[in-house]
Amino acid sequence: MTTLGETVQMRGRPAEAALSWVRSSGWILGLLVFLALLFVFTLFIQPTYGVRGIQGLAISVLPLALAAVGQAIVVISGGIDLSIGSMMALTSVVAARFMAEQPDLSLVVVLAVLLLGLLLGLINGVLVVTTRVPDIVVTLAMLFVWSGFALVVLPTPGGSAAPWLRDLFRGEFLNEWIPRALVALLVVVGVIWLPIRRSRLGLSLYAVGSNSLAAYRSGVSIRQTKVLAYTLTGLFAALAGLTLTASTGIGTPVPGPYTLLSVAAVVLGGVSLAGGRGGVLGPIIGVIILSQLRTIMTFMRLDPNLAVVAQGAILIGVVMAGSLMALRRMRQ
Amino acid sequence: MTVTSTDLLLEASGIAKTYGAVVALKNASLAVRPGEVHALMGANGAGKSTMVKILTGAVRPDRGTISIRGVERAVHSPHEARRGGLVSVYQEPALIPDLDIRSNLRLTETPLEPFRHWARELGLEELDLSNMARDLPLASLRVIDLARALAIEPDVLMLDEMTAALPANLTERVLTVIGDQRGGDRCVIFISHRMTEISSVCDRATVLREGETVGVVDVTTPGSAQRIVELMLGEIVQDLPSHGGQPAVSAGRPADVQPRLAVSSLAAGAKLHDVSFELYPGEVLGVVALEGQGQDELFEVLAGSRKPSGGAIQVDGRTASFGHPADAIRAGVVYVAADRAEALLMQRSVRENIALPFRTRLAQWGLIDLGDERPRVSEAIERLQIDTRAQAEVRRLSGGNQQKVTIARWVAKGVHTMLCFDPTRGIDIRTKHQIYLLLRDLAEAGAAILLYTSELNEIQIACDRAIVIFNGRVVAEVNAATADEPALLRAAYNLGADAEMPTQLAAE
Repeated sequence: MTTLGETVQMRGRPAEAALSWVRSSGWILGLLVFLALLFVFTLFIQPTYGVRGIQGLAISVLPLALAAVGQAIVVISGGIDLSIGSMMALTSVVAARFMAEQPDLSLVVVLAVLLLGLLLGLINGVLVVTTRVPDIVVTLAMLFVWSGFALVVLPTPGGSAAPWLRDLFRGEFLNEWIPRALVALLVVVGVIWLPIRRSRLGLSLYAVGSNSLAAYRSGVSIRQTKVLAYTLTGLFAALAGLTLTASTGIGTPVPGPYTLLSVAAVVLGGVSLAGGRGGVLGPIIGVIILSQLRTIMTFMRLDPNLAVVAQGAILIGVVMAGSLMALRRMRQ
Repeated sequence: MTVTSTDLLLEASGIAKTYGAVVALKNASLAVRPGEVHALMGANGAGKSTMVKILTGAVRPDRGTISIRGVERAVHSPHEARRGGLVSVYQEPALIPDLDIRSNLRLTETPLEPFRHWARELGLEELDLSNMARDLPLASLRVIDLARALAIEPDVLMLDEMTAALPANLTERVLTVIGDQRGGDRCVIFISHRMTEISSVCDRATVLREGETVGVVDVTTPGSAQRIVELMLGEIVQDLPSHGGQPAVSAGRPADVQPRLAVSSLAAGAKLHDVSFELYPGEVLGVVALEGQGQDELFEVLAGSRKPSGGAIQVDGRTASFGHPADAIRAGVVYVAADRAEALLMQRSVRENIALPFRTRLAQWGLIDLGDERPRVSEAIERLQIDTRAQAEVRRLSGGNQQKVTIARWVAKGVHTMLCFDPTRGIDIRTKHQIYLLLRDLAEAGAAILLYTSELNEIQIACDRAIVIFNGRVVAEVNAATADEPALLRAAYNLGADAEMPTQLAAE
C-alpha cells in the first residue's frame, strides 16, 4: 500500500514541486514582473539605457543588497538590526584607512574587516539576549555607538581601496550583460547563506522567528540562535561596508541611509517583520527595484525631494497590493 | 513494596522554587518507576505548572535534585531535558507554523519511520510531510506533536494537559497509545484534569498541594479518585449536586416570556449551516458538539467578531446585526473565551482588566470615574474569589485565576447575556466548581447564559437544557437533568435516527 502510494507520489512530484514552488514564490515572481516593467519603462523614457545602465545599477546596489540580506536574516529570526548602517560605515572606514596605510597587506585588511563585522554582530546579539532589552532599542543604541567609533577611526571621508578590490566588482563577467558585481553578490550569498539555510541553524532561525515558544519546546536554543543571527548580520554588514569602500574608493564615516533602506527592501522582498517567513532573494530584488525607481525619477527630472516621497508611496502601494492579493487567495 | 532509588526511572526530590514573595514550590517530590504511567495532580496554584517547568528545564529550582535512571541531572533547557531523555508534549503543539512537517521533524531530529508508525497508530493515516504546519487543523497538529515525541522513544514522556481540548474520538486513541506504554522500560508522566482519563490510563498519581507533595495514590485501587480529590483540596468535597433537581425552565416558563436571544437558521463559513435556538433569561443553555461542528463559528457570530452568511439574531425581540464585538457588548451580549490570552491584557493589572469594559467607549472623554469603578471591581474580585497576590500583571496569575478575571469583568458590568466557550478548559476542579456555581447564580439572578463545553459532565452540573450541534445543525435538544455523559456522547455523534458514526474527524 505504502510503496504504491509513494510511487504515485513520485510520479506527480516534478510537476507538483514546480507548482508548489510557483505558489510559495508568488511574491518573488510578482517582484520580478514589477522589476521587468520598470526596465521597460526606463527604456521607454531613456532609450540609451543599456549595458552601461545595467553595469552602473549592479555596482550601485551591491552594498545595499548585502545589507538587505543581513537585515533579512535577522528579521527572519524575529529581530531587527537598526545598527546595520553604522556597522557598514565602521567597517568601510576601517577598510579604507588601513588599506591606505598598508597597501601591501590589503588582503589581510579585508579578512580583518570581515572578522570585525562578525565581532560587531556578535556584540549586538549578546547584548540583545543578555540585557533582554528589546532588539529595536539595543540596535538603535548601537547605531550611535558604531557610528561614533567610525568617526574615531576616520574623522573625515578618506582612505582608499586596494585596486584589486575595486576591480573585483567592476566591469563584466563573461558577457557584457552580466556585471561582475551581480556575480559577486550571488556568489557571496550562495556561499554563505545557502549552506546555512539548509542546516539546523537555518531551521532554527525560521523556527525562532515563527514561534519562539514552540521552538524552545522543540529543543532549539533561542539565545544561541539569536546571537548567531546577529553575528551573520554583522558579517553581511561588513561585506556591505567593504563593497561600499570598493565602489566609492574611499571610506565615509557618516552612515548613509542604509539602515532604513534595508528594512524597506526586506519588507518589499516579502519577509514578514513578525519573523519566520521569507528569504533573501526577495530583499535583493527589492533593493534593485528601489534603486531603479530612483534612476527612473532622475531620468524624468523629478525634484529629488519629491522622488523620495514617491519612493515611499510606491513602497506602501506594492506591499499593500501584495497583501490584498494574498488575502484574496486565502478567501478562495 | 519499598522502592530503592535505583529502581526509579525519574526521581525529583526536595524541589523548591520561589518567585519573589510567592512560594510556588516548598518541598515537592516525584518518583516514577519504569513501565509506569504516572499522573501529576494538583489544584490551581498547587505548583503543578512550576513543577512541569522545572522538569522540562524551562525554570531552575532553588533547591532539590532531579535524577533520571539514578544519574543526577541539572536541566537548564528543554534541549538538555531532551538529551537527558525527557520529552514533553503540551496542549499547544510545539510545531513551527512556518515550517513544513518534514522540517519540523528535522528540527527535533526525529526519525521518520517511527514517526509514521506512531502517526498511523494515532489515526493519522495519510500525511503529506511537505504541508506547512500552519495549514493543518489543530487536532492533526496535536497528533503529530505526540507522534513526534513517541518516535524519539524518550525515557520519560511528559504529557501536559495534552488531552484538554482534544475531540473525544482522538482522546480515546491517545489514551490507548499511552496505555500501551505501560510495562516497558520507559515511563509517562500524565497531567490532566479529567479524573476518568487518570483512572483509565494511570498506575499511580502524585498529588501536589500548596507547593508540597501531599501523597502518592495507587490509581488502580477502588475509591482512588475520591482520595486524589481529597488530597488536592485538602478538605473533603462533596460532589456538586447535578442541577437536575429543579424543573427545567422551559417547562415552568410562562408563555409570554420573551427570549433574551433568539437565533434562527444561522449560517457562517463552511461549518455552521443552520442553527436555531432560543435562550431565555434565567437559564443556562448548554451546547454539546464534537470538535469542529460549527460551534466556534456560532460563538464568533454571536459575539460580534464574525459576520454570519445567513440567518438572523434577535436580542430581546429586536433584530440585531453585530459588525464588531462592541455592538454585541452594547446589546448586552458578552463573551468568555476558552483561550484567556484572547481576552486579557496580559501585562496590565487585574483591576484594569476587569474595568476595561467600562472604558471602551472612546467617546467618553475625560478622566475615568474611579469612584464608580473601584467598588464594582472590588465586588467582582470578591465574588469570584480571585487570588490577587500577583494582581499587578495578569500574566502572572494561574490559568484558573485568569479565567476568573475574564468572567469578573462582565460580572462587574452586570450580565445580561453571557456566551461561555469552554470556559473551564485546562482549569482545576476547585475553580471549575466555582465557575459552575457562579454561572448558576448569574442565571438565577436573571441572566441568560449559553455554555459550550468540551467536558460533557459539565452539562448536567451547570445547565438547564442543552442543544446538540452536529455538522453545523442542531440535531437534538435535551433536558440536562436526564442527560448523562453516555447519552450526550451518543447525541454528539448524532447516533440514533438517521446518521452514522463519523469515522475520521481528525484526519479531515
